[in-house]
Amino acid sequence: MDQRSPISLPGMLIAAIATVAGLGAGVDPWLAIALLIVWLGTLWLAGSNPPPPRERNDDPPISRDRMSVLIENSSAPILLLEKGRVVVANRSARESLGQHIVGQDSRVIFRQPAAVRLLDRAADGSATIKGLVRRRDIWRLNHQQLSDQLAVIELVNMTAEADISRAHTDFVANASHELRTPLASIIGYVETLRDDHGDLAPATRERFLATILAEANRLQNLVSDLMSLSRIEAEKHEAPSTQLALRQHVERAARDAAGPDRQHRLLIEGTQDFTIEGDARQIEQLVRNLVDNGLKYGSESEAVVVTLDEAPSGDARLTVRDFGDGIAPEHLPHLTRRFYRTDPGRSRASGGTGLGLAIVKHIVERHRGRLDITSKVGEGTCVTVRLPSSKPDKAAVS
Amino acid sequence: MTEHTVKAFDEDITRLRGLIAEMGGLAEVALQEAMEALVKGDDELAEKVIRADKKIDALESEVDKLAVRVIALRAPMADDLREVIAALKIAGVVERIGDYSKNIAKASRVIGDRKKFEPLTLLPAMADVAGEMVHDVLTAYAARDAVLAREVIATDEKVDAFYNSIFRNVVTHMVENPATISAGAQLLFVARNIERVGDHATNVAEMVHFAATGTYPADEDA
Repeated sequence: MDQRSPISLPGMLIAAIATVAGLGAGVDPWLAIALLIVWLGTLWLAGSNPPPPRERNDDPPISRDRMSVLIENSSAPILLLEKGRVVVANRSARESLGQHIVGQDSRVIFRQPAAVRLLDRAADGSATIKGLVRRRDIWRLNHQQLSDQLAVIELVNMTAEADISRAHTDFVANASHELRTPLASIIGYVETLRDDHGDLAPATRERFLATILAEANRLQNLVSDLMSLSRIEAEKHEAPSTQLALRQHVERAARDAAGPDRQHRLLIEGTQDFTIEGDARQIEQLVRNLVDNGLKYGSESEAVVVTLDEAPSGDARLTVRDFGDGIAPEHLPHLTRRFYRTDPGRSRASGGTGLGLAIVKHIVERHRGRLDITSKVGEGTCVTVRLPSSKPDKAAVS
Repeated sequence: MTEHTVKAFDEDITRLRGLIAEMGGLAEVALQEAMEALVKGDDELAEKVIRADKKIDALESEVDKLAVRVIALRAPMADDLREVIAALKIAGVVERIGDYSKNIAKASRVIGDRKKFEPLTLLPAMADVAGEMVHDVLTAYAARDAVLAREVIATDEKVDAFYNSIFRNVVTHMVENPATISAGAQLLFVARNIERVGDHATNVAEMVHFAATGTYPADEDA
């Protein structure tokens, strides 16, 4: 109702018309005027005292829709269960657990016995479960029962904390040994040279100096590998967000790794390009490490084939294949462990630090990709890296 | 999957999938714990694995009953029928996976001194690959993901390669140390059991593929 004019215009018009009509019909003019005054007075009284605005209902029941709007943008995965079935899942939950989860039985998503027990009890509580999204991750599941049928589940990723404490102990154990060996040999040779009073042959001196240089170089490589490894590990839990045209980076890094001497042994195949969300420097490092390994361990007379194509799942697939001695199957599961060597002498001789594949693995993990190594003894090794591609036509089923 | 006019049917199928997933979760943990018991020589944990297998058996019979009921009462067609048939078969296979874990736990109690046994370090790596197959196949089942199912099938080669290498390794070890023959024979059984877990994960993967697409992977490749 309009606050400024206490009597509404149509009201006045109707009153005026009624009075005029009354006069025309021969009603007593005084009576008509009295009627008009009463009419307008009533309108004025009603108009200046509008009924108080209706009290808002302060506490509407939270409906399922409102709830889903409320939790949609939360960064923690949150699910709403009704009678053991998922009825609402927020964006974060759909992203980490898959688009299929809405409408499913809660056990299809949380099949871990600890989670099943917690959800069965239908009481508030929490449980720590392993392998929810990826096989080794650790999540904390908080369960809150809202009513007989409704329950809320909130998930907290605990993987990072568990990883950090483990990584520290691993690092100290491995690195100290690997760093000490070259240092010991440098110190040994330098001491010999210092104690020399001219009785060492110049050729021997040269050889000692060459060894010192080689060991120092190895130490330098080791330190820089260790540093990039810990940098990648530190960033491991935040996915890269820069859009990247994969092909140019792969080609550049592969050429880079081969260098001028081994360029003729490098073969790059595939024409398709992919856009991925990635860290350009890390992707290049990954390709460099893989190509370098391939060239180092593949047969001298054979090429190393780098292929970039589309995996059946629609992801970008990078394959680096060499033709050489191959790797015995019992070594395969350990290849990505730090400082693991199938043949220690040979790896060190060719300047390897034992960290190349560990770095590759961490880069792949950070990019939410998958790393697969297959090898046949006597034929060669094939390393496959699949990276989620942000190409729109992704859902092709083979 | 589209909703059905009969809501109870929807509920039955959802429950069926839930039961299968629960069984799978138990089998996954059983394999992990059985291997842990084997490596550490933890007899209590081995006992726990053996006891937990009863729960898997109970769930299997529950799946059986529910699946038969659904077929009898609702006469499902097309993808619904595939779903129920696949559930029925997968339940049987997952139950077998549970049994293999139980066998590993049983063998763990018989093996004596673990320090002297070099092949013992290879078995966890093999079980790791098989465990990953079980994990992936259950995820594929939950998401009805035929592509992931195919990947699981491809992984079985790795487990087989492991089995062959462990077999040779253990036999060599037994020849050189006759005193360890009884423990070595147990380890061979363990390796065999893990290899079977891998095979059964492959079977589940084939059924997941079937339930999702209506064809078996082998048909498509042919």
